[in-house]
Amino acid sequence: MRIALFITCVNDTLFPRTGQAVVRLLERLGHEVVFPAAQTCCGQMHYNTGYRREAQRLAVRFVRTFADCDVVLAPSGSCAGMVRDNYPRLADPGSRLHEAVSALAPRVVDLSELLVDVLEVTDVGAYFPHRVTYHPTCHGLRLLRLGDRPQRLLREVRGLELVELAGAEECCGFGGTFAVKNAAVSAAMAADKARHAADTGAEVLCAVDNSCLMHIGGTLDRQRAGVRVLHLAEILASTEEEPASL
Amino acid sequence: MSGSRERILARVRAALADVPRDERPGDVDVPRDYAREHGQGELIPVLTDRLLDYRALVHRVTAAELPGAIAAALARRGAARVVVPPGLPDAWLGEAGPVAVPDRPLDVAELDAVDGVLTGCAVAIAETGTIVLDAGPDQGRRAITLVPDYHLCVVPAERVVASVPQALPRLDPRRPLTWISGPSATSDIELNRVEGVHGPRTLEVVIVAG
Amino acid sequence: MSATFVGMPAFPAAARAATGDAQLRHNLRKATHTIRDRRRAVVEELDDWPRLRAAGRAVKDRVLRHLDHYLERLEEAVTAAGGRVHWAADAAEANAIVTGLVRATGEREVVKVKSMATQEIELNEALAAAGITAYETDLAELIVQLGDDRPSHILVPAIHRNRAEIREIFRRTMSEWGVPAPDDLTDDPAALAEAARRHLREKFLSAKVAVSGANFAVAETGSLVVLESEGNGRMCLTLPRTLISVVGIEKIVPTWADLEVFLQLLPRSSTGERMNPYTSVWSGVIPGDGPQEFHLVLLDNGRSATLADTVGRQALRCIRCSACLNICPVYERAGGHAYGSVYPGPIGAILTPQLRGTTTELDASLPYASSLCGACYEVCPVAIDIPEVLVHLRERVASGGGHTAERAAMAAAGWVLNDDRRLGLAQRAAGRMRGLVPRRLPGPGAAWTDTRDVPAIPAESFRDWWATRERGGGPDARGPADGRGRTEGGR
Repeated sequence: MRIALFITCVNDTLFPRTGQAVVRLLERLGHEVVFPAAQTCCGQMHYNTGYRREAQRLAVRFVRTFADCDVVLAPSGSCAGMVRDNYPRLADPGSRLHEAVSALAPRVVDLSELLVDVLEVTDVGAYFPHRVTYHPTCHGLRLLRLGDRPQRLLREVRGLELVELAGAEECCGFGGTFAVKNAAVSAAMAADKARHAADTGAEVLCAVDNSCLMHIGGTLDRQRAGVRVLHLAEILASTEEEPASL
Repeated sequence: MSGSRERILARVRAALADVPRDERPGDVDVPRDYAREHGQGELIPVLTDRLLDYRALVHRVTAAELPGAIAAALARRGAARVVVPPGLPDAWLGEAGPVAVPDRPLDVAELDAVDGVLTGCAVAIAETGTIVLDAGPDQGRRAITLVPDYHLCVVPAERVVASVPQALPRLDPRRPLTWISGPSATSDIELNRVEGVHGPRTLEVVIVAG
Repeated sequence: MSATFVGMPAFPAAARAATGDAQLRHNLRKATHTIRDRRRAVVEELDDWPRLRAAGRAVKDRVLRHLDHYLERLEEAVTAAGGRVHWAADAAEANAIVTGLVRATGEREVVKVKSMATQEIELNEALAAAGITAYETDLAELIVQLGDDRPSHILVPAIHRNRAEIREIFRRTMSEWGVPAPDDLTDDPAALAEAARRHLREKFLSAKVAVSGANFAVAETGSLVVLESEGNGRMCLTLPRTLISVVGIEKIVPTWADLEVFLQLLPRSSTGERMNPYTSVWSGVIPGDGPQEFHLVLLDNGRSATLADTVGRQALRCIRCSACLNICPVYERAGGHAYGSVYPGPIGAILTPQLRGTTTELDASLPYASSLCGACYEVCPVAIDIPEVLVHLRERVASGGGHTAERAAMAAAGWVLNDDRRLGLAQRAAGRMRGLVPRRLPGPGAAWTDTRDVPAIPAESFRDWWATRERGGGPDARGPADGRGRTEGGR
């Protein structure tokens, strides 16, 4: 299958390893990945901070860039959620943008949806001999309703031991500009998340969103908690020959 | 204050400029596909379970056993003087036992001095463990079930319904209604439920079936 | 007195102080987790909960879209049942009406049922100014009143207090207001409840005037509905001669039968019970039973302005259950006082700026008091999309002046992000700076690095890696860190 990758601006700029892992994983599974070069950002930060017009411009760009793609993979739960849940609100009903969004939004998926629902695979042939806990990010949980798709994928990874995270469904406190506008509350939320992660005894905390992982990981690193964070793609891309670097 | 009446209504109408002029209230669709009841089990056992959960005292008796059960409950409580509504069935209190104090009406000090109150009920709701009083002849005005610290309530099985949606059509909102689900309680201290604040601190229910 | 919200700092500053209060954090965590677990258990018991929720939402939308119609119906029905209806455009007018009604009875004391509307208009303060003492009778309200404190939760205004603190407040202050606390008062919740019973009993039995709010007002029948737990509501609604109910204009439900939805949604969402201990329903005046004089004060106070905003309007569906507070990770850590309003938590963050406007620094900060995690929307029994309204209000704040630096930064970011070549250049510039990023950032960046490390900036962005690879650099080819000799974006 031909899969268009919407890398997202955060992954593109700060976490290229996640994108590289996605490419490696999908090609290993026999699929073709294309990367429309005109892509930039979904506009989530602008939208969530109250800058609707800027977000609208980025939505127009996104729709134009990906209109012809059968399936668009956004390896970020919140960016996929932005397109699916918020783009329809950004466009005036009856407008051309609204029409284009309605046609495209359902084809934009997160990695776990792509694998489980579209490609119908849960065992992706990965090997990752580590103790892992999974943090279901808010947008993955409540906007995309990913359910247990990521856990189903993780359970099929050879060598991987999946352990429960206490308070898993609670927000890590990132929330985009919330992390700096309300830094004290954000940090308190992250501290609790980090404590729960450390309590699992896991080596790795996994999620489908690098923004949340940046927040949780930044807190864990500051605390020298000894728990690393990894995007789901990097665990699923990991094999005996090419192990994910921890 | 008719000035404010007109002002508020005008503001509301201006605020609703987006609502089509020919739209009627009934045009706003309300989906009514929720359950009329939840099939949680046989009514009397469910009601009993819910009442016990609220820490009410519950008995199940036959009609013939009722006067004895009432007398026994009042005796256990040590209630010598109980206020009764004007239309309480004579048979309920039997011949012996406590003194029935009729509500003439009593003033609050008198109500505060009795040992309890004995009433029937209009409806009981099994799923939620709720007894509804509607000031009917066997229930009396609201104050008599409020001021005394002990409420003994008789629930005939035929007045038990499964659910809230089944209860409402049986009730007339023009009458004063009191829905009672267990003894008075509070969750205001660390959100833990504590039974017994201002309303009757003890609720005892006698369900009459058969 | 401290029992007012005027002059509060903006949310971030107040919340920062709260996160440093270990006792408060402990109290809130314990209480909110207790209630959210209870709520979950009783909600899961009803397999039709999503359908009840949809119905609750729709009934409220029907009312809001035809509020003028239902207000007139309600007025007609209450009047026909022997009540008198008053209309108050704002807090001052509502307070004047209630004060006048109390004065007309010749009484100097009133007993009060917990009511958000009367807290919103600061009725107690207005009555006090007129020489009338209002006694709060709900246990939590009593704790707040005796402690000269402010409410911090919609359902449990003293949620920030634990049992030991409550005991101290009772011992210290009950004697100033009436019956003192017993000398041997312990911090056992049952003993504290008993002390409240003794303290208030004399007030209930002698009160001539009561003031309440209402959870619902039925337009069809003129019935008012009050849900409560302790019996203080029944006392106030039954024993006094005169009853004055202050009710927001959005509290209407069309018909008696519509209550079948809300009497299921509210108790389970609110106290996490199948049903609250007591619900009182009355229509006007009932001869020989209860108050023989009944006044309904319909309160606007910003509601019609809220109604005018087609996105924000949904906040008026709120039935004040407080499920959104109990689930909210921000509320749990910031506490209710930080919101500077009687409506704290997620619902407060969308209601207060709509009722009061966004002109103060505090009110303008409220729409940002959320990580947009969406847990509030999920538990809301009338499906208020709180994140949607938060974002909508952020737009209002951001476009209303102020936030100049942010606006400029957002515009700059928008300019970079709206062109893949500009984005690629910016990424390469960042890549060149990667060694220069300090562990602790200055200025606004410190808000992040005070508690969190920053991620290392990679030498190469994904798009540059992809471009190299497309040019035949091999599947894992890594280009030079500075991006020299690169074509733009692989086109």
